[in-house]
Order: sequence, then C-alpha cells, then structure tokens
Amino acid sequence: MVKYCDLFITFFKIGTFTIGGGYAMIPLIQREVVDRHHWMSDTDMLDAIALSQTMPGILAANIAAIVGQRLRGLRGAAVAVAANILMPILFILLIAILFRHFKDIPAVQHIFLALRPAVVALIAAPVFFLARKAGISWRNCWIPILSALLIWLLGLSPVLVILSAIALGLLYSKFAVKR
Amino acid sequence: MILFQLFYTFLIIGLFTFGGGYSMIALIQDQVVVQHQWLSAAEFADIVAISQVTPGPVGINTATYAGYSAVVAAGLPTPLAVLGALIASFAVLLLPLSLILLVGRWLLARKDQPPFSRLFPILRLTVVGLIAAAALQLAPAAFAAASGPTLSLSGPTLSLFGSQLSLVSLLIFLVVFTLSIIPRKHFHIASLNLQFLKSPIILILLSALAGLLIY
Repeated sequence: MVKYCDLFITFFKIGTFTIGGGYAMIPLIQREVVDRHHWMSDTDMLDAIALSQTMPGILAANIAAIVGQRLRGLRGAAVAVAANILMPILFILLIAILFRHFKDIPAVQHIFLALRPAVVALIAAPVFFLARKAGISWRNCWIPILSALLIWLLGLSPVLVILSAIALGLLYSKFAVKR
Repeated sequence: MILFQLFYTFLIIGLFTFGGGYSMIALIQDQVVVQHQWLSAAEFADIVAISQVTPGPVGINTATYAGYSAVVAAGLPTPLAVLGALIASFAVLLLPLSLILLVGRWLLARKDQPPFSRLFPILRLTVVGLIAAAALQLAPAAFAAASGPTLSLSGPTLSLFGSQLSLVSLLIFLVVFTLSIIPRKHFHIASLNLQFLKSPIILILLSALAGLLIY
C-alpha cells in the first residue's frame, strides 16, 4: 500500500515545480505517477485526464484527487490535492501581501501598464485553439458567438449561459435520440 | 459579511468551471469584477498576470489572489484577507472535487454515451464564447491610456469609440496575441528552436521588460 507520505511528496513536487497551470502539469504527473512510481497504468492515467477535462473544476486538482482516491481512498485524495496546491497558495499569498507595498512605485505601475494588454492577449489567444479542439464548424459556430455576445453586450452572467447550454444540450440529446 | 459572500461566490465559480484555467478566469472576472465589483478590471488583469508566472494552476492562483484582494478592497485587515484567500481557494475546489470523487467512476463509463456525448461538445463550444467575452470585457481597461500624476506618459494615443487608447498597449497586445496563435512548427527558424516565445511566462516577462523600457 502506498504511504501517505510518498503521495504527499510526489504531488507537492508536482505542484511546486510547474509554472503555467494544469496543462503544464499533465506530463509531470504522468512521469511521476505512471513511469516512476507505477501507481497507475498508462491507460488509467489517460482515463483520469479525460475525466478531469470533462468535469468541472481545476484540471490538476481533479487529476490529483482521482490518483489519491485510487491509491488511498478519500484521505488519499485529500492528501494529494492538499500537497498539490500547498506551495502555490502560500507563494501567491506571500506575493499578494508584499505587492500591496510595491504597487505605488512608478516602475511597478509601468510594468503593469504593459502587462494588462498582454493578459488580454493571453486570454484571447486560446479562444481559437480551444474552438478548433471543440470541433467548431459553420453549423455550430453560433454557440460560442452567441454566448460571447450575450455576456459581452447584454451583460448576462456566464453561469446563466452555461446553465442554458446544459438545458439545451439535454433537450437536444433527448430530441436527437428519439429521431 | 464578505467572507460568507466569498465562500458562496467561489463555490459557484468552481461548479461552473468547465474546460480549464481560462474558463475559471472568465468566471472569476464575471463574479468579482462585473457582478460584485470587489475589484476593478485593471486590478483583476494585474492579478491574472501575477498568477501566470507563479507556480501552480492558474485557476487556483487567481482564486486565491482575488479572494485576498476582495477582502482588502472591503477595508478589512490583512489576517482576514489571508482567511478570505484560503476560503476562496477551498470553496472553488469543494464542489468539483466532491463531484469527481462521488460520480467520477460512474461518469467515466458513460461520458461517451448520450446524453453526455451530446452535452459535452456543446459545453466545450459554450466555454469558448465565455473566454472570448472575458477578453472583450477586460480590453477597455487594458488599452486605456494612463492618467494621473505618476502616469502622464503613456505615449501616443488613439481615439476610438470615444475613449483614449494607448498605442503602446495595442502594440503589446498584437505582438503577444500573434506569438500565441502562430502554430508551434513555425518557431523553428534556421535550426533554432524559438518555441519558448510561446510560453505565457516568457511573454509576461517580456511584456514587463517592455513596460519598464517604453514608459
């Protein structure tokens, strides 16, 4: 049986040494969990990744929870997730506390003046990549366009838009199955 | 009390985050900037920039930082802000992790059958629209020409839709956007591998350097 301590150290390492979010973490998780410790088979890991991408939440935390649960049940899941996010949370808290004292320095303000448009670009760029991955076509491109316009121009909440998408998806599924 | 509001708000954000970090950024922005107005769009953009360059998932970093800043903006002391940050990160994880632990195995067997096989592609397309809307909502604050005593120098400006936009900001946007969407294979130039130029961390650091040099 896998020790909690090993589980903790492994996910602590994964959480601490990946910058750039969930997608950057996947190869590292695979290497540690499948190749190094042999805690899961390659197929099981791919299943865990697919499921984590399908379900709501944070990708890396979802994968950590599945691996932890598989190895040591509920407690294992808690240990893996906690280890995974411990350093990132402490680190960002430290920065949040320190940044308040630096943010009025002109040089820092200049930096963030340049960072804001860069952030908009970083949020806008994956739109095209994700649209391709979601299988966009002339027949279904109204879905992302309409949801973007509803939020942007009419100020509808994304939560409401997602709820409507789920409702419409279920209706469509029912209708399409009957046919 | 803001701590309860934070818990509830981030509980909802976690439940509706489909499709990764950027979709969570879109939801946090909607709740924290648009609905509750705890932070301005510019403050939120700063938080996202910092969350991109620190270790860990961007979604959890942004949730933690936004939770902290929302409590500070409400005028409460630092210890409560730290508590707010921890509440936000706990709340954002609570429902998704409960779901995956409770119904994960059940769903894994069924995710390629109806109704899920029809539902998930629609959700993925909807999320694309969500992220596009988040970028559009952030744009005005990000491109606005700076004002105030310390920031009178924002270079040449452009009048568009009745607001003064900074040309430097537009240029930074175009460069970062172009580098991000060009496919990886075009980054091998004369046996040099320049793929690192696509990494968000490198792009943020280069933009920071540009800000220091230009302004």
